[in-house]
Amino acid sequence: MLVLTRKNGESIKIGDDIEITIISSKNDQVKIGINAPKHVEVYRTEIYEQILEENKQASHDISSLLNALKQGR
Amino acid sequence: MMKTKYHGEIEINQEEILHFERGIPGFLDEKDFIILSLSKNQIYSAMQSVTTPLLAFVVVNPFHFFHDYDFELEDSVVEELDIKSQNDVQVFSILTCEDPFENTTTNLQAPVVINTSNHRAKQVILHNTNYKTKHPIFQKG
Repeated sequence: MLVLTRKNGESIKIGDDIEITIISSKNDQVKIGINAPKHVEVYRTEIYEQILEENKQASHDISSLLNALKQGR
Repeated sequence: MMKTKYHGEIEINQEEILHFERGIPGFLDEKDFIILSLSKNQIYSAMQSVTTPLLAFVVVNPFHFFHDYDFELEDSVVEELDIKSQNDVQVFSILTCEDPFENTTTNLQAPVVINTSNHRAKQVILHNTNYKTKHPIFQKG
């Protein structure tokens, strides 16, 4: 992993069109500003992982539950 | 003819196919799905992969269970799905079915948003929301 040290207000460019700015940092919390084209999706890593994990669980076979489900509620 | 997980072998109309340009998290190669009803009351449907017969999610209209469910679509999503009117938007949320079924939850943090006018769809991950991935769909007690 490339590791760069930046100060508050300084930024990093990734490629031509992505810029990441350190807005502020206090103790162990860093506020980051991201400028990226709209087609680049930006997520908090743990949130994305959570959605991915939930989708995997949701894809499990539910054949045994189909009757309960067909009765609906 | 197409094989499905819960509906046997069926014939589908190309126009019914929803296209997820980027797949969905965890299933990035799955870009085409169709919605097939699972219950007579039309509440539960399968979101069936067109390419993988064994892959199907159970989806619901979230507003049926959560009357005040509300979120705003970011411009990037509106653009990506080419949404011209709010009337063209259909929303599903994915269920995580549990046994017993009463413990089933749904993912309100990442709704499936469909533009019914062009059949483009996307599982949108909401930013800055209080919605989570596991909301019980039935009230306890």
